[in-house]
Amino acid sequence: MDSLADIASLLNSTFRISTPLVFAAMAGLFAERSGVIDFGLEGKMLAAAFVAAVGAYFFGSPWIGLLLAILACVSLSMLHGFASVTHKGDQVVSCVAINILMIGLTTALAAAWFGQAGLTPTLTSEQRFLEITLPFADALQNVPIIGLVYSDIISGHYIFVYIAYLSVPIVFWIVFKTSFGLRLRAVGENPSAVDTAGINVFSMRYKALMVNGVLIAFAGAHLSTAVNANFFREMSAGRGYLALAALIFGKWHPKTALIACLLFGFTDALQIRLQGVELPMIGTIPVQLIQAIPYILTVVLLAGFVGKAIAPNAIGQPYIKER
Amino acid sequence: MTTTVDKSKVPWWVANLIVPLVNLLLALLVSGLFIFIAGENPFQAVRLIIYGSFGYIEGFAYTLYYTTNFVFTGLAFAVAFHCRLFNIGGEGQAYIGGLGVFLVAINFSFLPVPVVWLLATAGAVVFGAAWAYIPAYLQAKRGSHVVITTIMFNFIASSLMVFLLVDVIRDFKQMGPHTVALPKELWLPTFKELAHLFGLKIRYSPLNLSFLIAIAASFFVWFLIWKTKWGYEMRAVGHNTKAAIYAGISPHKNIIIAMLISGGLAGMLGINEILGVHHKIVAGFPAGYGFTGIAVALMGRNHPVGIFPAAFLFGILYQGGSEVTFDMPNITRYMFVAVQGVIILFSGALENLFRPQIESFFVNRINKEEMA
Repeated sequence: MDSLADIASLLNSTFRISTPLVFAAMAGLFAERSGVIDFGLEGKMLAAAFVAAVGAYFFGSPWIGLLLAILACVSLSMLHGFASVTHKGDQVVSCVAINILMIGLTTALAAAWFGQAGLTPTLTSEQRFLEITLPFADALQNVPIIGLVYSDIISGHYIFVYIAYLSVPIVFWIVFKTSFGLRLRAVGENPSAVDTAGINVFSMRYKALMVNGVLIAFAGAHLSTAVNANFFREMSAGRGYLALAALIFGKWHPKTALIACLLFGFTDALQIRLQGVELPMIGTIPVQLIQAIPYILTVVLLAGFVGKAIAPNAIGQPYIKER
Repeated sequence: MTTTVDKSKVPWWVANLIVPLVNLLLALLVSGLFIFIAGENPFQAVRLIIYGSFGYIEGFAYTLYYTTNFVFTGLAFAVAFHCRLFNIGGEGQAYIGGLGVFLVAINFSFLPVPVVWLLATAGAVVFGAAWAYIPAYLQAKRGSHVVITTIMFNFIASSLMVFLLVDVIRDFKQMGPHTVALPKELWLPTFKELAHLFGLKIRYSPLNLSFLIAIAASFFVWFLIWKTKWGYEMRAVGHNTKAAIYAGISPHKNIIIAMLISGGLAGMLGINEILGVHHKIVAGFPAGYGFTGIAVALMGRNHPVGIFPAAFLFGILYQGGSEVTFDMPNITRYMFVAVQGVIILFSGALENLFRPQIESFFVNRINKEEMA
């Protein structure tokens, strides 16, 4: 029973840890499917975490924090669009700018407003999101298997966890079953053909970026107003890049990207478990090396043990209408 | 919109001086706004920056010390960028490069000092390049995006170095995560010591002989990129990969060469930091210099002639910035990270924001003069 409970708690943390990755991967999917590279997920996640925490603190409600985080991320996405879609600047440079700007600005403002350490004040339970116990979870607790799966793994998560996994089928439906999704994919594959068909390439890319901003805001709010009760310096810790790697590994498909995100989440959950544990044959692995596992895994996955990733055809290229 | 400007009529100083300066000015305006939001007076901040970086000789020496670091990391980013590669991994390559400097210096300390310096420099280059090799190889052979892999290698380098500093090469007599100090005779001569030779009495500053190495590295990069076949091939791949392939140039080979040189240059940061300043490996010594290199290279338009003044400008920002953080409680060094982001935005991603207007303004004026 003990090992079963262990597995349950490992899966439970996997779902929780994967949540920001899932949001970020879905956000990246919209941008990249429309032909706009988005390395800026990291910076936007950080911005959302900061704004959500500050908003929740000042207005006393995590929902207002979330709303402000969405505003912030959509603005940053629009900035990315302004630089790389309208002014045809280099997309990667624009993303790097957003990331470095956000690493600096969030910590600098946190320090200026709340003191030197670059933390925002700890949120009270009214100011943050709390774990949700699903109906009947307590009643089913002691039922074998069902209790384990339902009460210990599925129930008791923050609201973002449920939204994240619900968003995947919705994203799939939008991207592959609606005319908006068809246009989105076409803009990323062959913008000039789409232009010929009378669809505005620029406005499609801006729309995609807007959805991108909304989705990534959830990832940041999850970090600072649900899992943690404040913002701290560089709290996104590379998750934006991991999510992008998951997206590429998942070949820009929601379902496969989700699996990749869960794999990252699982490795991370395992990594936390392994710290300080004596392993048979190997002994205790130094904690610094264990912490590097998700990053090493990212490189290994990107190296493509499942074949080369084929990106949307027009990705990274600004569209020039006159051609 | 009047976007059609005859590029051949635009004078070089408009394209390469006026436009970048306007972009820089915009970036500084936005940065001033941030300082205002943080609750401090931007004009006072500018005054402090100028005093801190120019106001006294040690301050100026500090400015040049930071410049040294930014020249290395700026050149590193630029070399890869000429091959259209975004080497965001300067931070990790510099970290590992520092390991190379230290290991070589401590193991060969019995050799004559200049020989050790040369070998340590080679160590910096080899270790930095080696850390760039795997992302380079994966980009060339597997198409794994170098931005993600180099970022991951930054995280991995940081974990690896902390592990080494805690468990393997730490000075076990001390508490902190750092190695033992190198023998004193191996330390690079500092500006203070050189000044004393000329009878000038000044206080300590970290500026040392590596500044001259940075100048040499700038000449090397200029020569490499514009005067050698390697440089030509790298630029060809970066400019138009398909055309390069038709011309018989291998993109794979050049991607790897560009990344190795880039990593080697980033690794040279270790010479300044380990041989010149700390004389041991301290956890986290690259302190963001690798990332700043991106802003430096973009501002300097990836040319050594531009990178050097850009590095100097960031030296002013860093040294003046520490003066600001000292005097203004609301400003931390992260504010200057944000400033870097703004500079990358305006001189990189938004570099064409006002370019058409500015260029057509000058072209029109020249046309009028010709008519008259």
